[in-house]
Amino acid sequence: MTRPFPLIAAAALMLTSSGLCAAENITMDDPNIAVAYEEDGRYYTDDGVPTFNVKADGTVDWPTFSGFRRYHAECHVCHGPDGEGSTYAPALKQSALTLDYYDFLDVVTNGRQKVDAAENSVMPAFGTNANVMCYIDDIYTYLKARGMEAVPRGRPAKKDRKSDVFVENENACMGS
Amino acid sequence: MKKLKLLILGAALCSGTAAMANQDLMTKMEDPTQWAIQTGDYANQRYSELDQINADNVGDLQVAWSFSTGVLRGHEGSPLVVGDTMYVHTPFPNIVYALDLNEDGKIKWKYQPKQDPNVIPVMCCDTVNRGVAYADGKIFLHQADTKVVALDADTGEVIWEVMNGDAAKGETNTATVMPVKDKVIVGISGGEFGVRGSVTAYNMADGSLAWRAYSMGPDSDILFDPEKTTMLGKPVGADSGTNTWQGDQWMIGGGTTWGWYSYDPEADLIYYGSGNPSTWNPTQRPGDNRWSMTIFARDPDDGMAKWVYQMTPHDEWDYDGINEMILTDQEVDGQMRKLLTHFDRNGLGYTMDRITGELMVAEKYDPAVNWTTGVDMDPNSATYGRPSVVAEYSTEQNGEDENSTGICPAALGSKDQQPASYSPKTELFYVPTNHVCMDYEPFRVSYTAGQPYVGATLSMYPAPDSHGGMGNFIAWDNIKGEIKWSIPEQFSVWSGALATAGDVVFYGTLEGYLKAVSAETGEELYRFKTPSGIIGNVMTFEQGGKQYIGILSGVGGWAGIGLAAGLTKANDGLGAVGGYAALSDYTALGGQLTVFALPD
Repeated sequence: MTRPFPLIAAAALMLTSSGLCAAENITMDDPNIAVAYEEDGRYYTDDGVPTFNVKADGTVDWPTFSGFRRYHAECHVCHGPDGEGSTYAPALKQSALTLDYYDFLDVVTNGRQKVDAAENSVMPAFGTNANVMCYIDDIYTYLKARGMEAVPRGRPAKKDRKSDVFVENENACMGS
Repeated sequence: MKKLKLLILGAALCSGTAAMANQDLMTKMEDPTQWAIQTGDYANQRYSELDQINADNVGDLQVAWSFSTGVLRGHEGSPLVVGDTMYVHTPFPNIVYALDLNEDGKIKWKYQPKQDPNVIPVMCCDTVNRGVAYADGKIFLHQADTKVVALDADTGEVIWEVMNGDAAKGETNTATVMPVKDKVIVGISGGEFGVRGSVTAYNMADGSLAWRAYSMGPDSDILFDPEKTTMLGKPVGADSGTNTWQGDQWMIGGGTTWGWYSYDPEADLIYYGSGNPSTWNPTQRPGDNRWSMTIFARDPDDGMAKWVYQMTPHDEWDYDGINEMILTDQEVDGQMRKLLTHFDRNGLGYTMDRITGELMVAEKYDPAVNWTTGVDMDPNSATYGRPSVVAEYSTEQNGEDENSTGICPAALGSKDQQPASYSPKTELFYVPTNHVCMDYEPFRVSYTAGQPYVGATLSMYPAPDSHGGMGNFIAWDNIKGEIKWSIPEQFSVWSGALATAGDVVFYGTLEGYLKAVSAETGEELYRFKTPSGIIGNVMTFEQGGKQYIGILSGVGGWAGIGLAAGLTKANDGLGAVGGYAALSDYTALGGQLTVFALPD
């Protein structure tokens, strides 16, 4: 049920099942994963796409930890705990690896629908939801870390401190 | 139909209230060969007098026939049987089938509404629907998008329809409706979207609005009489629906009404519970947040509240109070009492006097429950009726951005909507339960209409230091407040139970088993693995002199979220495989009705 039938029928052919292969093949030095630089506690790839950073002792970067929290508030009621999927929505830990960052943003912001005789799967548009959009990069790196199994299931045990810039941005975005 | 109206009119003239009762529906509910309402009867006992299938022969049960619903998502509720017709519903898109029981379930008619698919993701936990209702020759369907439709029970033609809410604001529906007298009582979902919950009565004849009672707001919105509406025997006073909220937070206060409804025709009161206050972050909504998490007794004619009882003031854990209210007449200390028994999400089993609203028993029905040390039962105490909260498990006291760990039960509750049953023969309640605990971390959240308004993250896992499974099926004594026996289950029991005069209790499991156990001892007498996990409710009926048992399979619902992939921190026990007992190792999607009978 992690990958429900209706999704296998359509979307998953494209996303989930190929995601499985991808997950097996993607390594930590993949350009979409590997850390190129850090800025105010957030990590980026060479292309300037947000990514995660897990230290040898298991400490995760703050934004990825924040992504764990926001994911489990906003996304998990459909997509299941730890990005594992549910009986009716795909495992996003796979999607975060197979979907390009900008496509990921597009789906979260604008939503999408797959409604036909075989399935009725609808991703809502979260574009106006501050609880999602203010933390979208956090959620993205968290899911990528889950897809790579760089962060195990459950709550990350150790995390970096929240940077001052993160606090500033958060306040500006959430409106206080 | 004409006859019935005349009868009602005639009787009404002479004896008032009782005469207004919907006699046709009540007669059908009393007839054990039919299953005329989702809850078995108005009392929500889910008990059948049929005893052809009994403890001695249930082991011989066989599949008589089955029916695919054509829909894959979670299937809650059950079919109805009225006369020779069975009415089967599905999750979104909410198809209704009328099956002819005289012709091996041939489809008499099928109704498929057109709904905007944008309602799908606004539903918190899958697109479940808990079934249709019947009265006065009509089938009432309450769609996901909150449209209430009255269909001609013979033809499936639409007689009237009315929109109860606005899905664009996150208002949706999962519940059935309850026909009472000349009205249809309708609830609403969307507590995770900042919806202000309400109960609405529509006139059965034409769908016009009779009254609407909100869960919070001014007295005129919540239909309270400050002098006459009581909580634990005392008038609630003016503005009780706003004065425990900060500012105008009550306007997005939650307290939705998506559970089961019961009705006592003699007392002429309807009973139901309200859900969690929005948001899940308690720090953002100081106060008791009345009347979320509340049991209501209301007059079905005008909606006025007779009494209320708030079980979980200022919720900190998402313990919705919407579970069914089971009405029984039992002897307590030598006196016959009219009781209401309710197994709350918060893990306490409440027994109340349903006429006065007196609290008689409040005890844990799962020994794992730890957020409270119990309810203050001293009428002279200032905190009478309040649960005493354990500081360690208080997500409010631990504060925003703090992870409170080891709270039992989890947000799923010790029991969710999956309804219990009651056997008057054993005077026991048979209760499907969750045995799951959680870590809960609340944080700041901002409100946008039509968007989730949650404000907490949580992780769930099987109750520690127990049998390792995530559920129990228990027998409960509501007068002593004690568990009589308990069957450990690997997964939450998310299926409504059925007790019968044959001394058998039926329930389904998430792996897909229909099980029959002894009403006396809980000993397993029969099991059959249906095509998909069961979150539907077991029902029974008789056709051509033969008793049948019916159950919807089709895994999903909230159970399909966490359990599909397995919960975190699963410990060994009950043969759990590896680190996680994942439901996906046992069953796959698929909506199907399976009907059982004894061999000829």
